[in-house]
Amino acid sequence: MKIPEEELLASGHRGCAGCGASIGVRLALKALGRNTVAISATGCLEVMTTPYPETAWEIPWIHVAFENAGAVASGVESALRIQGKDDVNVVAFGGDGGTVDIGLQSLSGAMERGHNLTYICYDNEAYMNTGIQRSASTPFGAHTTTSPKGKNSFGEDKRKKNMPMIMAAHGIPYVATASISYPEDFMKKVKKAAEIDGPAYIHLNQPCTTGWGYEPEKTIEMGRLAVETGAWVLYEIENGEFKVTYRPSERKPVKEYLEAQKRFKHLNDEQKEQIQEHVDEQCYELGV
Amino acid sequence: MTKEVMTANKAVAEAARLAKPQVIPVFPITPQTSISEYLAQYVADGDVDAKYVKVESEHSAISAAVGASGAGVRVFTATSSQGLMLMHEILFAAAGMRVPIVMADANRSISAPLSIWNDQQDSISQRDAGWLQIYVENGQEALDTTLMAYKIAENENVLLPVMVCLDGFILTHTVEPVEIPDQSTVDKFLPPYTPKHAYLDTNEPMSIGTLADPGYYFEARHDMEVAMENSIDVMKKTEEEFEQIFGRKYDLVEPYKCDDAEIILVAMGSVCSTIRVIVDELRESGEKVGLLKIRAYRPFPQKDIVEAVKNCDKLAIVDKNISFGMGGALYTDMKAKVDKETYGFIVGLGGRDITPDSIKEIYNKTKNPEKAVTWIGLKED
Repeated sequence: MKIPEEELLASGHRGCAGCGASIGVRLALKALGRNTVAISATGCLEVMTTPYPETAWEIPWIHVAFENAGAVASGVESALRIQGKDDVNVVAFGGDGGTVDIGLQSLSGAMERGHNLTYICYDNEAYMNTGIQRSASTPFGAHTTTSPKGKNSFGEDKRKKNMPMIMAAHGIPYVATASISYPEDFMKKVKKAAEIDGPAYIHLNQPCTTGWGYEPEKTIEMGRLAVETGAWVLYEIENGEFKVTYRPSERKPVKEYLEAQKRFKHLNDEQKEQIQEHVDEQCYELGV
Repeated sequence: MTKEVMTANKAVAEAARLAKPQVIPVFPITPQTSISEYLAQYVADGDVDAKYVKVESEHSAISAAVGASGAGVRVFTATSSQGLMLMHEILFAAAGMRVPIVMADANRSISAPLSIWNDQQDSISQRDAGWLQIYVENGQEALDTTLMAYKIAENENVLLPVMVCLDGFILTHTVEPVEIPDQSTVDKFLPPYTPKHAYLDTNEPMSIGTLADPGYYFEARHDMEVAMENSIDVMKKTEEEFEQIFGRKYDLVEPYKCDDAEIILVAMGSVCSTIRVIVDELRESGEKVGLLKIRAYRPFPQKDIVEAVKNCDKLAIVDKNISFGMGGALYTDMKAKVDKETYGFIVGLGGRDITPDSIKEIYNKTKNPEKAVTWIGLKED
């Protein structure tokens, strides 16, 4: 795949060194091109890319609030279409908090109404902008400041909300999972989402150096480990047809992934084994 | 031009149709619902060339409205009560982003206890959002004000959203004759909207709704203050132009028999009709009383108000809202901005009837005052 050189998310933004979210947006915009309008939910991405009077966005961009990216995108899409701008891509970016928690209703409405837009959830598995608090997308066992490890706690005690399948249940034409560490797979999915007439949802796994606790240069490696261990599975559901898009030849033990991150450092062998069982179960269900 | 008997909700919907909005995100709520129904039907029949966005909440209605307005088109929405409260956060964003949305609010009380009936607590509670608020007295005024609202909101010296406030049921569900202007006349008054300040265009990318640190936020808010001040003149000019084209005269405040009045009742919305009748009645028995109807609550037309009440001795402020422990919002505003002996009266909360006797009681209690703020119409038991 030829990846365009042109950057539509300019360098110089305020993202952390090794920020996975900005890698995800750069790749998405490379896939979509200039004829695109972007909507952001409040969160890391919005804050780090638009400190007035600067902006990192080379394409038109709008932000209104935390919980309403789906609705704002609905308004933008409707306005563009009524003006006859049918060829403009509309893409909304929300973090996991803005998508699976506070923005779920707004997103559900946008998807159900059939707007021709792509929603990309950049999932770093906690509220990172406010300093690493738990979201419904935080994985089992992870330490965050609101699901802390402690004498009576091993960290987050619930499994991740299955957001891609919630989106699939809306019956929309395209749902996919992706990882920033598999850029071709991700970009292909973004292109497909944009080409399909109707709503599309991509759930993008995106390691976060600050929140997960690893060295900034290891962001891509961490994303790969998530997929190679089966902790994150890459698939797509196109018009109801489910397909795994990347199958690790041999799944690595999830321990390797857990032990590489500070947020899981406190887990004992038994807890790690429990997570391995969760992963095995998920991989069995998805056929990996 | 045609004349029809209709509710104020229909009048608002007719105005919205004539204003040619291109995106209409709207969510039904009593007593606004028929506005959303009329507009759905207009779009279904092709009478309005707009996208009707069937949102899942008022929060999404106003969010989609901001997105659509940001993408450069004229937008209309409408709500009431709990719906307006759900919009609260985004009302501030809309004003701060300077998108000239026009929204009708069918004034209704706020839960709890749950009540679908009229008062003005809902819109009053949004006072500081940065929206203009215009309160109307009847169906014709609802139609005319909705048309003028676009012209005011879209003026480059304003660029703030406008809320047209009409009393729930008393106006929204009461039929009266309303003149519907011709499309061609409206088109002359209200040309298509072309945004120059902010819009989403792939040929000219800009970022809208950014983060502003303390080095910029303060000025952005001050710009809104200036815009609100500017809106006083813009609203006046718009009303003059409206009168020239349509022959109906409006102003930010409308005094009735105020020149020689010793006591002036000050009120907003449909209750002004009741007060006017009582003013006439009291005048017949020699009482020197007048009415000052406030149409523009925001911008607050201090100069016009001071001028209108300059000859009187006392003011009686009629509020259909309450700031607990402080009196009504119009009362506290008047106390802050007008140097007169002023008494506050709380009326009609949750749809409690405001009768001719209520108005006479307000007059008498202003003539022989007992306390600063009095609730009129409480049951005695």
